[in-house]
Amino acid sequence: MTPTESHRDDVGAKIGMWLFIFTELLLFGGLFIVYAVYRYKNPVAFHFAAEELNRGMGILNTILLLISSATVAMSLTAVQLNERGKSLILISITLMLGVLFLVNKYIEWGDKWGHGIYPGSEKLLELGHGEVLFFGLYFAMTGLHALHIVIGLLILTIALFRVKRNRITSSDYVLLENGGLYWHMVDIVWIFLFPLFYLIV
Amino acid sequence: MSSENHSCQSNYLTFKGKYAGVWGWLFSTDHKRIGILYLYSILSFFIAGAFLGLLMKLELIAPGSTIMRAQTYNGFFTLHGITMIFLIVIPGIPAVFGNFFLPLLIGARDVAFPRLNLLSWWIYILGALVALSSQFLGSDPPDTGWTFYAPYSFRTGTNMLPAVLGAFILGFSSILTGLNFIVTIHRLRAPGMTWLRMPLFPWSLYGTAWIQLLATPIIGITLLMVVAERTLKIGFFDPTLGGDPVLYQHLFWIYSHPAVYIMILPAMGIISELLPAFARKPIFGYKAIVVSTLLIAFIGYFVWGHHMFTAGMSGTAQFAFSFLTFLVAIPSAVKVFNWLATLYKGSIHIQTPFLWAASFLFVFMIGGMSGLVLGALATNVHLHDTAFVVAHFHFIVFGGVGYAFMAGIHYWFPKMFGRMYDSGWANTGWGLFFSGFLTLYFPMFILGMKGMPRRYFDYLPEFHGLNVISSLGAMLMLFGLAIVLINLMRAARRGAAAPDNPWGALTLEWTVPSPPPVANFIDIPTIVTHPYDYSILQPKDLSK
Amino acid sequence: MNSNHSLPRIRYSTYLWVLAVLLALTLISVLITYMDLGRFTILGALSIATGKSFLVLWHYMHLKHENRFYLAMIALVLLVFVAVLVFTFLDYGLK
Ligand SMILES: [Cu+2]
Repeated sequence: MTPTESHRDDVGAKIGMWLFIFTELLLFGGLFIVYAVYRYKNPVAFHFAAEELNRGMGILNTILLLISSATVAMSLTAVQLNERGKSLILISITLMLGVLFLVNKYIEWGDKWGHGIYPGSEKLLELGHGEVLFFGLYFAMTGLHALHIVIGLLILTIALFRVKRNRITSSDYVLLENGGLYWHMVDIVWIFLFPLFYLIV
Repeated sequence: MSSENHSCQSNYLTFKGKYAGVWGWLFSTDHKRIGILYLYSILSFFIAGAFLGLLMKLELIAPGSTIMRAQTYNGFFTLHGITMIFLIVIPGIPAVFGNFFLPLLIGARDVAFPRLNLLSWWIYILGALVALSSQFLGSDPPDTGWTFYAPYSFRTGTNMLPAVLGAFILGFSSILTGLNFIVTIHRLRAPGMTWLRMPLFPWSLYGTAWIQLLATPIIGITLLMVVAERTLKIGFFDPTLGGDPVLYQHLFWIYSHPAVYIMILPAMGIISELLPAFARKPIFGYKAIVVSTLLIAFIGYFVWGHHMFTAGMSGTAQFAFSFLTFLVAIPSAVKVFNWLATLYKGSIHIQTPFLWAASFLFVFMIGGMSGLVLGALATNVHLHDTAFVVAHFHFIVFGGVGYAFMAGIHYWFPKMFGRMYDSGWANTGWGLFFSGFLTLYFPMFILGMKGMPRRYFDYLPEFHGLNVISSLGAMLMLFGLAIVLINLMRAARRGAAAPDNPWGALTLEWTVPSPPPVANFIDIPTIVTHPYDYSILQPKDLSK
Repeated sequence: MNSNHSLPRIRYSTYLWVLAVLLALTLISVLITYMDLGRFTILGALSIATGKSFLVLWHYMHLKHENRFYLAMIALVLLVFVAVLVFTFLDYGLK
C-alpha cells in the first residue's frame, strides 16, 4: 500500500467514469454498425421481422427507463440537500423500475422463445436470411443491454447502501454521481435500440 | 506526509508493506511494482513466442515437411501471432514502461487509480491463461491465425473459444490501463507541468490511451460475436445464414489497424525520450512531434481497409483507404525527420540504449517504406498474403516495438533495478541481434515479391536458398537475444550499483534515487522548464 | 487542485420537466410511425432518438454544468464513431 491511496480526486473519478462510458457506447457501436449494414442489405426482411416484435412492450420499457433516469438524477439532488430519506426512496424506485424492465424483457424473450424464435432455431432458419440476422441482432443487442442494466443495478445498489450508511453525503457523492452517469448511459443505448427494433417497420 | 516519511524513503524493491514476500508483489498497488510484474510476465511470454517463431523458421529451412506436420505449423503460427500481438506488443511498452515511468515522468506519486491498475494486471494474466489454455484443453490447438477470420473461425473443429475469449479479456486489461493513464495525465501532472512541458513519452502514452479506449471495444464486441456464432449459430458472419464474412474483416481491422498504433506510438515515445539524452541536445520540433502523435492516433483510425484490398471492397472504399494510408505516413515521417534533426550536430554518446534507438530508426524506416508499397492498391494485389507482408510487419512491429523496448530497458534499467549492466555484453548482444534480424527478415521481402505465400509450412524448391538464409538469421538473432537477456538478468542481481543519473538525462525520473523510493518524490517538484533543455543546463557527464 | 464537488444543485422540478419532454418525444416518435414517411422513417426516428439522448446528456448527465472538456470528449467519440460508419458504407453503400 503506497501512501498515495488516500488521495481523493472526485473529478478524476468522474473523468474515469466518462471514459468507461465511452468504451461501453462503442461496444454497442460495433453492433450498431452490424445492424446498419444488414438493414441496408436486407431492407424488406428487416421490415417484416420488426413487425413481429411487441411494440407495446417496447414503449412500456422505454417509459420505465426514462422515469428511472429522472429518479436517479433526482436522488443526487436529494443527497446534495442532505435529504437522505428522499434520496433512498428515489434510488429504490430506480432499482425497482430497472428490475421491472428486466421482467418485461424476460416475458418478451420468453414469448419469442415460445414461438420458436431463438438463435439457431428451426423456425428462424425457415424464415430466411434477413430474419435470422434481424433476430440475431435483436437478441444480441437487447441481451447485452439487459446485462448492462444488471451492472447498473449492482452499482446503484452499492450506492443505496452507502447513502444509508452515510458514506455518500452532500460533501462526498461521486459514487452516486458515477452510478447515475452509468445508468443514463444504459438509458441512452435503449433510446436508440427502441426505434431501431420496434418503430422502424 | 511527514509521518509517512519512513515509507516514502525506502525504495520500492525492498519496501515491506502489508503483504510479505511474493504477495507483496502480486497485491502491490505501487505502479513501479506493477510495471515489474508486467515486465516479467511479458518477457516470459516473449521467450515462448520467439521460440515458436524459431521452430517455424526451422520448418522452413527446407521444402517439404522438415520438423513438423502442416497442421502443427498452422497451430504454431496462430499461437505465435496471438502471443506476440495480444500478450506482448499491444500491452508491452505502456504496461511495462508506462506503468513504471509515467508517474515519475510527470511528477506524480502513482497513477490515478492504483487499485484498478493492479486489477488490470490480474485481468491480463487471466486473459493470457485463458488464451493459452486453448493449447491444452479440448481438441487441436487453434489454426486460424491471430486474425480469427470468419467463417473459418467458427467452422474449424479446433479449440477456438478459449483463444477468442482470452483476446476479449485481454482487451479489458488494455482499456483499463488506457483509462488510468488518461486520467493520470489529466489530473496528476506536477505543478507547472503544462501540457507543452510534458515529456514526449507521456504524450505518446496519452495518444495511445485514447486509441486503446476507442478502438478496443470494437474488437471486444466482434470477438463476442464470433463466440455467439460458434456457440449459438447466430448468423452474424456466416454466409449460409445471410451474414457477411467481409463485415467481420471490417470490424476486426477497425480495431486491429489502430492497434498497430497502440504498439508503435509508445515505441516512438521512448525514442523521442532517448535521442535528446544521448545527443545532448533539445529535441528538435517538440510541438511537431506532439501534433504528429495525435494525428497518427486520429488518422490511424480510418485506414483499416488497407488490409482488405483483395476482399472485394467497393472501388471508392479502396481508393479512400489507400489515400488515407499514404496520409498517415506523413506524421510518421515528420517524427523521423525530427529525430534525425535532433541528432544533427549533437554530441552523440554511443551507448547501448542509443545503439538500439539508432537501429530502431533504420528498421522503422524500412518497415514504413514497405508499408507504403502495401498501401498502394496495385502493388498490394501482387503482394497480398505473401512473405512480403510478414517481412513488413515484422520490421514495423518487431523492429519498432522490439527495438524501442530494448532501447527502453537499457535506458531505464539502472533506474528500475538500481544496478548497471555490462555494456560490452549488451553491445555484443545488440550487434548479433541486429545482424540476425536483418538476415532473417530482409530475404522475406524478396521471397514475397517472387510469390512465396505466407502461412504455409512448405514452399516451391526455387525459394529454398533465401529461406535458408532467413532461418540462419533467426538463429543468429535469438543467440543475440539470449546474450542481451542473460546480461540483464545477471545485472539485475549482481550488477554494480547505479548512480541516480547515469546518462546525464534531464527528465524527472533521473532526479530521484535509483531505485526510486516508494512514493517516488519526497516533495512533488515544481516544473519551470521544458523537459529537454539541454542547451541551458549542461549536467556533468556521468556516463564514464 | 481540490475541485472535489463542482456540481451545482439542480432542482427536482428541472429533472421532472426534462422527463416530461422525453416522454412527449417518445410519444411523437411512436405516432409518426403511423404516418407514411417513406424513406424518411429511419431519419425521423433517429433524429428524435438523437434529440432525446442530447437531453439526457445535457441535463441528466450534467453536461450543461460541467467543464466544456467533457463536451469535447463526447464530440470526439461521436465524430470517430460516425466517421467509422461512413467509411464502412463507402464499401457497402457503393458496392
Ligand atoms: Cu493496417
